[in-house]
Amino acid sequence: MSQVAEAPEKSGDVGAYEGLRIRSLTKEFASFTAVKSLDLDVPSGSFFALLGPSGCGKTTTLRMVAGLETPTSGSIELSGKDITWDKPYRRPVNTVFQNYALFPHLDIYENVAFGLRRRKSKEVDRSVREMLQLVELESQTRKRPPQLSGGQQQRVALARALINSPEVLLLDEPLGALDLKLRRSMQIEIKRIQTEVGLTFVHVTHDQEEAMTMADTIAVMNQGVIEQMGAPAELYDNPETTFVANFLGQSNLIEVEIRGPEGDFVVVDMQGTLASIPTQRTHVQPTVGEKAWVGIRPEKVLIAEVGASIDAPGNSIPGGVVSDVSFIGVSTQYLVRMPWGQEIQVFEQNTGRRRLFRQGEQVDISWHPEYAFLLDHHQDASAGVDKVDAPS
Amino acid sequence: MSPLQRMGRWVGQHLVLMGGLLVIVYMFVPIFVVVLMSFNKPKSKLIYRFDSFTLQNWLHPCTDQSMCSALSRSIQIGLLATVVATVLGTLMAFALVRHRFEGRAVANLLVFLPMASPEIVMGSSLLALFVAAGFGGQLGFWTILIAHIMFCLSFVVVTVRARLAGLDNNLEQAAMDLYATEAQTFRRVTLPLVFPGILGAALLSFSLSFDDFIITNLNAGNTTTFPMYVWGVAQRGVPMQVNVVGTVMFLVSIAIVVGAELNRRRQEKALA
Repeated sequence: MSQVAEAPEKSGDVGAYEGLRIRSLTKEFASFTAVKSLDLDVPSGSFFALLGPSGCGKTTTLRMVAGLETPTSGSIELSGKDITWDKPYRRPVNTVFQNYALFPHLDIYENVAFGLRRRKSKEVDRSVREMLQLVELESQTRKRPPQLSGGQQQRVALARALINSPEVLLLDEPLGALDLKLRRSMQIEIKRIQTEVGLTFVHVTHDQEEAMTMADTIAVMNQGVIEQMGAPAELYDNPETTFVANFLGQSNLIEVEIRGPEGDFVVVDMQGTLASIPTQRTHVQPTVGEKAWVGIRPEKVLIAEVGASIDAPGNSIPGGVVSDVSFIGVSTQYLVRMPWGQEIQVFEQNTGRRRLFRQGEQVDISWHPEYAFLLDHHQDASAGVDKVDAPS
Repeated sequence: MSPLQRMGRWVGQHLVLMGGLLVIVYMFVPIFVVVLMSFNKPKSKLIYRFDSFTLQNWLHPCTDQSMCSALSRSIQIGLLATVVATVLGTLMAFALVRHRFEGRAVANLLVFLPMASPEIVMGSSLLALFVAAGFGGQLGFWTILIAHIMFCLSFVVVTVRARLAGLDNNLEQAAMDLYATEAQTFRRVTLPLVFPGILGAALLSFSLSFDDFIITNLNAGNTTTFPMYVWGVAQRGVPMQVNVVGTVMFLVSIAIVVGAELNRRRQEKALA
């Protein structure tokens, strides 16, 4: 990008991008490439999540922004200033480490004061007290890190980074070591703090629920590249790749043959039933006769008795047999075996207006065409499915 | 429970206690003798027996000038060897733990060798080396020092390496992330966390050096260290002041051990 070269050195100048800008960032290790020519814009003040399975390059990207890893090539700019090769202590960036990395030989107060003391701040005491108040730890100042619970240590790590008012705060799987309940409450807490302080947060996680709860924008990473980027709802509703469709929630991917465009839709032959997909949800060239994947989220699939009218304008697809029923409480999850052998997942809200279907029952299924999406058949239909829910 | 059983149990329990006490007595009798003898006023130099109490040995420890000069030489060598071995060994431990280099596994193994090989082998090969290198005529303070640094090194490397290996290197990255330069990171984070290991290594080095006889004896030439002095006088009557030195050494060791233990307990209490 020519803009990189032209960007004035001083921050705040007109034309400089206010925020974090990454261009063609690449990191090669001896045996593999962790990050491949990554481009990324993180607007100032946003809560940005890098989401992906372990080994996808998200942590490496974060560490390059922090300066803890040297890029092979590419550039990292912060408010128009190139920081690609700066030492970690020369960047206005702070990190919340995965296992907190609190200094065990210093008490909580000194842990939080560490950054200010290195920069010879005059306001150490007042700032530390304010920050400890923000994370509700003002009564623990003289304890050492090992004396605190996991959640408290997490808050110290957050306070220690935040107190420096970095331009970007990096969070590396910050909640990975906490149990589920604590993780949920910390998600809300971190989001609250971010709103309160208004800093840019870049959050790395493998937990899609965590990313969707906290972030304004999510970039889904896989094998060193960003597969798709956008608001959580946008990514969920209109995934562009099979990986995103499977990694972010669940999807039914059905093999279809493209019949060609028709107005604002692309018509496909789905195992004998014609279906229409809106053009803006079509992420493949609509070449007639080519194969493709139609994706539909399980909760968008409607299920009904054979011949019953389904509240969907499209064709209903006959011939399904319920092969499995799991009653969850708020919803019921069905597996419906279709005539072509595939099992389609169906989630139905338990509104009480409809009866439960039993295993072995004949059913029809359908959906609103505007909920489906069309993906490239060259992509693996199972990409991103078997995500492990363990911290990387 | 029958009275017989109860008695059996009483005996059993107290047998263990008795046995324990005997073992402790067994361990401390020699030290007790040393302490006792430091207050002894012997009738004859050749009979090692407590005759009458005196403070003279403590008040005039340097009656035998050669003992005190040997002692001061041992302390000098000990301190110098400790400083050099601790610095070199710590650097080496950092290299072995922190850097991936060709031959690292071999280096890790080789470090153990001087600890494992018999002193007599090390001592005689060093002597052969010094002689072959043309220093046969200059054996003395400096050759002893070189020998001591050599055998202390392994112990320092092993001790510091263990401490370093247990150190989370995220901590240093965190420090750098929090605006600490490399030097500040080392001073504020790495050193305080590794220091207990370094201190332990230094104490170990000093006691190894102070105590060494075999390697020293082979490479000393005409120079006499404290252990060599004691060995030499043992045949013609040990002056009671040697016991004063022994007692002082023992007290210093106890002070260090107790101090370390108290410090550990205090830290544990702070963590409780």
